[in-house]
Amino acid sequence: MRPAVPKHDVLVIGAGLAGQRAALAAAEKGVTVGIISKVHPVRSHSNAAQGGINAALNPGDTWESHAFDTVKGSDYLGDQDAIEIMCREAPNEILHLEHLGVPFHRNEEGKLGTRAFGGASQARTFYVADITGQAIMHVLYEQLMKYSDLIDRYEEYFTTALAIDDDGNCVGAVTRNVRDGSMELFEAKNVILATGGNGQIWKPTTNALICTGDGIAMAYRAGAPLMDMEMIQYHPTTLAGKGFLITEGARGEGAHLLNAKGERFMEKYAPNKMELASRDVVSRAEQTEINEGRGFPDGTVALDITVVPKKRIHEALREIVLVGRDFAGVDITREPIRIKPGNHYTMGGVKTDVNGATSIPGLYAAGECACVSVHGGNRLGANSLLDTLIFGRRAGAHAADRAKRIDWSRPSRAILADEEAKIAEIMKRERATGRRISEIKHELGTTMDKYVAVFRDEEGLTKALETVRRLKEEAKTAYIDDRGTVFNQDILGALELSFMLDSAECTCIAALHRTESRGAQYRTDYPERNDEEWLKHITLTLDGDEPKIGYAPVTITQWQPAERTY
Amino acid sequence: MAEYTLRVRRQKPEADDRGPAGPYWEDFEVELDPTLSVLDGLLQAKDRQDGSLGVRCSCRAAICGSCGVKINGQSTLACLTQIGEAQERANRLAEKTETAAEGAGNGNQPIVVEPMGNMPVIKDLVTDMESTHWKKIRRVTPWLIDDGNPPERERIVPPETMVDITQTIACIQCGACVSSCLSMEADPEFIGPAALAKAYRFVGDPRDVDTEARLHDLAQDPHGIYDCTHCFSCVDACPKGVAPMDQIMRLRRLAGHDHDIDDRNNGRRHETAFVKIIEKKGTLDESLLLQESYAQGIKGKLKPSKGAIKGLLGSLPTAIRGIRTGKMRSLPKLIPGIHPKLPGDAQDHVKRIYKHAEEHREELNLYISGVEDDPEPSDVVQLTEGGSEVAGASAETTNQNAEERRDS
Repeated sequence: MRPAVPKHDVLVIGAGLAGQRAALAAAEKGVTVGIISKVHPVRSHSNAAQGGINAALNPGDTWESHAFDTVKGSDYLGDQDAIEIMCREAPNEILHLEHLGVPFHRNEEGKLGTRAFGGASQARTFYVADITGQAIMHVLYEQLMKYSDLIDRYEEYFTTALAIDDDGNCVGAVTRNVRDGSMELFEAKNVILATGGNGQIWKPTTNALICTGDGIAMAYRAGAPLMDMEMIQYHPTTLAGKGFLITEGARGEGAHLLNAKGERFMEKYAPNKMELASRDVVSRAEQTEINEGRGFPDGTVALDITVVPKKRIHEALREIVLVGRDFAGVDITREPIRIKPGNHYTMGGVKTDVNGATSIPGLYAAGECACVSVHGGNRLGANSLLDTLIFGRRAGAHAADRAKRIDWSRPSRAILADEEAKIAEIMKRERATGRRISEIKHELGTTMDKYVAVFRDEEGLTKALETVRRLKEEAKTAYIDDRGTVFNQDILGALELSFMLDSAECTCIAALHRTESRGAQYRTDYPERNDEEWLKHITLTLDGDEPKIGYAPVTITQWQPAERTY
Repeated sequence: MAEYTLRVRRQKPEADDRGPAGPYWEDFEVELDPTLSVLDGLLQAKDRQDGSLGVRCSCRAAICGSCGVKINGQSTLACLTQIGEAQERANRLAEKTETAAEGAGNGNQPIVVEPMGNMPVIKDLVTDMESTHWKKIRRVTPWLIDDGNPPERERIVPPETMVDITQTIACIQCGACVSSCLSMEADPEFIGPAALAKAYRFVGDPRDVDTEARLHDLAQDPHGIYDCTHCFSCVDACPKGVAPMDQIMRLRRLAGHDHDIDDRNNGRRHETAFVKIIEKKGTLDESLLLQESYAQGIKGKLKPSKGAIKGLLGSLPTAIRGIRTGKMRSLPKLIPGIHPKLPGDAQDHVKRIYKHAEEHREELNLYISGVEDDPEPSDVVQLTEGGSEVAGASAETTNQNAEERRDS
């Protein structure tokens, strides 16, 4: 029986890999745990991580090598203390997953096998065909079912706001039960945000429709600083138009990138690593080819997977065979497929320490919504799954320990009334007074993809910021059709849009402010990296109605910034 | 760009000033590229016309498993079905049945979109998967049971076993197979294709130590592995090539053959009898099926057990119903000995198929067998050509076949 007011030592919001891992880690410590998700947990976007997960586990590989690759990949913006922790703890996490039942690919001896991935000096990516994220997430969900007496699951509950007490501690969250529209105030000693990224701000994007950055915006509204928000990854291989992802694993298995003339153009940009340079480098190379007229007329270049043996394709890239067949009408085993850089990942997010703690006591963040910062200016492929698991686990364990130390503090029920009033206000809006939610979303997405993409400049970024601010105003009067209580997706769409606009504004401001080129931020008006001025993080904290810009130092342990070539 | 009519089976969950609660049909006119999906069409209707249209969706790329629906009567994912193809199918279906539905002013038939079957509807295309699908998943103890003593490093296992279970790990829990399952329509308690495929994921995993107990559990449950009627609906519906029925058949073979589990549902004996009769006669001789299922061989018939007599008598009403409805041959043709023989050398073909299946005990799994660079006309293909009637009963049907069926 659930108590009338749901009450948990640790409340996890979001049930992708980071959230599920955090819940399991907290439960292991013997505290009460609840996990809330706006969709059923197995629908979470961690599913889409295809290629694999990095760890220095092979003989001859070292965590230092993994850490250095990550630091270099981040264009020296990643915090090296956090990167060291992630890379040191990676091997045990992989083994833990193996013991839980993840069917990782084996070599002929029956031991864990690896594939090559971008930006890595060794093949250290462990994988399950090209459904690695899905396989790991389903295994974690098996564990949630196994420990259902320890972990309460709230599936299809949408979180609208965090509850902060008078002393500034995070002590719960307000949710709407999607199924019946009822609003509830969850009490908690700690809240862990694991709500994923905000890719829906861009159109197209590889991200799912649920990736609206809810947690990033909720933390920001509660007063937590965001960090590295300008660092947005464009993945080198996405399908034109639809934005679907073609795994980096394809290039890891040996696939080539070709321009319209059939040239393997990466020779010019990254003569050593070729297609397996880091993602920002490959995406810029492709966009340069396209911009300079060497792409195809539809603004794409080609990914040639036919050079990979067919049997290997069917074994290791099966999902991509299906994506090619079902969504592009291409048999990737027989012909190249047209691809282009597309929005994929946000390196930035809610600023946390290495235990996932934010600046608000009791509030943690992990996974894509958090910024530890292990990815800095550019995330390496197969490091995101690792990030979710390592820092999800650490946040869960740390929050559980904190729960044991502190007493309960009751949130004021006023916040529940506030959130109910907010929803009632949206429901009441007259049709004629404003635009449709979907129109605003569309304008936001296309604007961001035009100006806050692979190449940026002051003029474009300024336009984007102005547009976002106008849309923020328009969103205040946007109307919805659905006035019902049961499964009202319309009202959720309105709430998501306001979350999206908050993080879009922060991204534009940070990108405008960083007048240099580093990692995913490439300013055509400032094409050089400028360590003297910009070897630091940009933070954004809500001040009144707008974000206030601040800075945080980059932690350097053993790798001094150096020129970055691949 | 082309125009389409989506005829959506909606369900109003609650009464309001616009009308009472309950189901109704509504047409939405949408305009989009034929290579876009039915989901894109639904979202366009939702975005531009009626935001209250309920449909679960997230990834749009057949990964998250949210958008299971029925399109033109077929269970599938809305994101995986191109709207142009759905239109062609709708037109073909109407031609076939000559029931050209009214409506659709663009010269085309409406594309019919309904919520998934075998599940209660919450609102419009949103179904309650918890009370049907997920309950059954939890029924099969859906987590690895290891020996409790994990090694310091990874467990060493044959590489192909991991590839094997990856086929069922590829299941995205969309419910399309559950929606299409004919057995579940007759027996709502049937554990069902998705949960049984999930069960195979553990049975086939060498790291799981509870194989025997799992197989016992699934064989003895009256709603377990022998409840499947082999109709292939789940194989056709599955968007990820999991081929749930194939996994159920592998569970049966492991239970009945390898682990010698004599289930109380008479499932194994029925299956053995079926297989033997086909081997001998090429088609099913119903006059023999019941007796052979309950009382095997001459010894069984001379000295039938109490259970066999009880089982036989208990089956009589079903047999009589079968004869009445024409599902079974009429009485004179049921006299043992006059069962028609297959023409020509067809019976030899059947025997060759049996021989092949016995000699090639392969776990025919696409993830393992892959696709060779130069596909040769293999015996496997002959297997399907040999007659679909025997293919299911004799042994495994390959997933490759399943793929071919879907493509064709």
